[in-house]
Amino acid sequence: MSSAEFENIATLEDEFTESPEVTPERQVEMSAHDISIWFNKRKVLEGVNIEFPKRTVTALIGPSGCGKSTFLRTLNRLHELIPGAALAGEIRYEGKDIYAPEVDPVLIRLAIGMVFQKPNPFPSMTIRGNVLAGLKLSGMKRPNHDDIVEETLTAAGLWTEVKDRLNHEAGSLSGGQQQRLVIARALAVNPHVLLMDEPCSALDPASTLKVEETIRQLSKDITIIIVTHNMQQAVRVADYTAFFLAAEGEPGHIVEQGPTTDIFGNPQDQRTLDYVNGRFG
Amino acid sequence: MVQTAPPEVRDLSSSVSSHKGDRVFNRVITGAAFTALIVLAGITVFLGAQTVPVLHSQGLSFLTTTVWNPTATPAQYGILGMLYGSLLLAVIALVIAVPASLLLSVFMVFMAPKKVATVMTNVVDLMAAIPSVILGLWAFYVLNPAAVEWQKLLNQYLGWFPLFKNDSGNFLGTPFIAGFVLAVMMIPIVTSVTREVLGRTPPELINASEALGCSMWTMLRYVAIPFGRGGIVGGIMLGLGRALGETIAVFFVLKLVFNINFFHIIQSGGGSVATLIVSQFGESSGNPETQALLAAGFFLFAGTLLVNILANLIVRRTGRIQS
Repeated sequence: MSSAEFENIATLEDEFTESPEVTPERQVEMSAHDISIWFNKRKVLEGVNIEFPKRTVTALIGPSGCGKSTFLRTLNRLHELIPGAALAGEIRYEGKDIYAPEVDPVLIRLAIGMVFQKPNPFPSMTIRGNVLAGLKLSGMKRPNHDDIVEETLTAAGLWTEVKDRLNHEAGSLSGGQQQRLVIARALAVNPHVLLMDEPCSALDPASTLKVEETIRQLSKDITIIIVTHNMQQAVRVADYTAFFLAAEGEPGHIVEQGPTTDIFGNPQDQRTLDYVNGRFG
Repeated sequence: MVQTAPPEVRDLSSSVSSHKGDRVFNRVITGAAFTALIVLAGITVFLGAQTVPVLHSQGLSFLTTTVWNPTATPAQYGILGMLYGSLLLAVIALVIAVPASLLLSVFMVFMAPKKVATVMTNVVDLMAAIPSVILGLWAFYVLNPAAVEWQKLLNQYLGWFPLFKNDSGNFLGTPFIAGFVLAVMMIPIVTSVTREVLGRTPPELINASEALGCSMWTMLRYVAIPFGRGGIVGGIMLGLGRALGETIAVFFVLKLVFNINFFHIIQSGGGSVATLIVSQFGESSGNPETQALLAAGFFLFAGTLLVNILANLIVRRTGRIQS
């Protein structure tokens, strides 16, 4: 993969930013249009339409099995790596369908990073090696590795804790530190969007707060989409919230979406009201 | 206030469970574990005892010469050619079997549809069960004539390279053919271990590499193979153990010569300690020749052990973390 291609992504974005006609309140970074998802013949998600404004945090909430994690995985084309996966509709990133035949999924995954439920640093690599792993694995060239390591670890809120032991094994860190290391790793390839699949569900409350702080800080520069089961977390970090729900034996869909304050403060749908007040799920 | 003595310190670690069944079970297991060591020690002592008189009469020339002449006076025994031959065959087998096994297991774990992978797994495991005498017969009747043509081809186009030189014009009974048979025997063993190890790559690490824009190749290179390195080397060692000690299959296809065939792998003639023993033992005139054969066995045994220790060192050395 050439660095020219990466620059290409950057230019695309610049053009987009400068373009005068696209200046509603918030520019849209990503959007889903009538998305349905299948595993083999089983439809797990139906008719999802949602927009993710640039430099905001959107929380996807809903009970287990409603398809929100699956939806998240379609946003950077990870879903297709599962045998039997299928999709209808369009996911647009910077206005372009990421599933168009000419699009290289590797470039999409670099522009749209992901952090998983369980901290997954590469155990055989050092802390520094982990941060730079994305560059190494994708063959992406960025100069000044030392600066990248410091910048991304600082952005992930981990720099002061690890700056003296960058050459230690990543496995020596605590779970919360590992999760922030993984965030730094995702940032090192300079993504515009960060997908987070329940990033705090394996962490203790103190680490959770640190990661949430990190999320708030990061949203000044990038767009974040986070799946969470923790309602308070959605309130704390998210500007927008979408509530997913699947009836027994039916595919999931979005019941309600909007600014987080509305979803939690003044939900329009009875099911949303019940869910955000912990009456089911 | 009454001064009381501090409570007595009781050692908890040394006492095995006080439950009677557990105690019996413990003894049985410990006994069984030591049996393996005792057998190993027994073999070493027996072979060692046979080796001492041979080294006495032959001196170091037992290890440094290539003459095997029981009828000379005094009788001459030298196994250098055989020791070297064993090693050469093992290397040829490794070069063929390791890449083949790795590719096979990568295919089964990461690429093949589930059904295909299941069938292949069973077939490969079945391959491990083929008796070596059958493989030997197959090699003699099928592989030998076919491989002669391959070797002629190699010689014709790559003959300028010393490895593929053939001065005698005889392409039968070459180290290459013998190594190839050994590779066929190694592949199922190495494949089944590497498949198991690669299959245990944590899915979250695979996820991580996919999300970082990894291709299948980089995922294998930086994630799956480093993760399974210890197990993969272990599997290769298991296969190598079989290659070094294999007797019958090699006996069928290799033309035993006592001179060292250093690297003309497609030229007729080579050696291996195990083949030497099986070919000479039947017609041995008794001691001291039998003793010399047993001494050869001792050094084969020692060599295998050495290879294993080296492999362990390699695993530990490369096990260091990457920056």
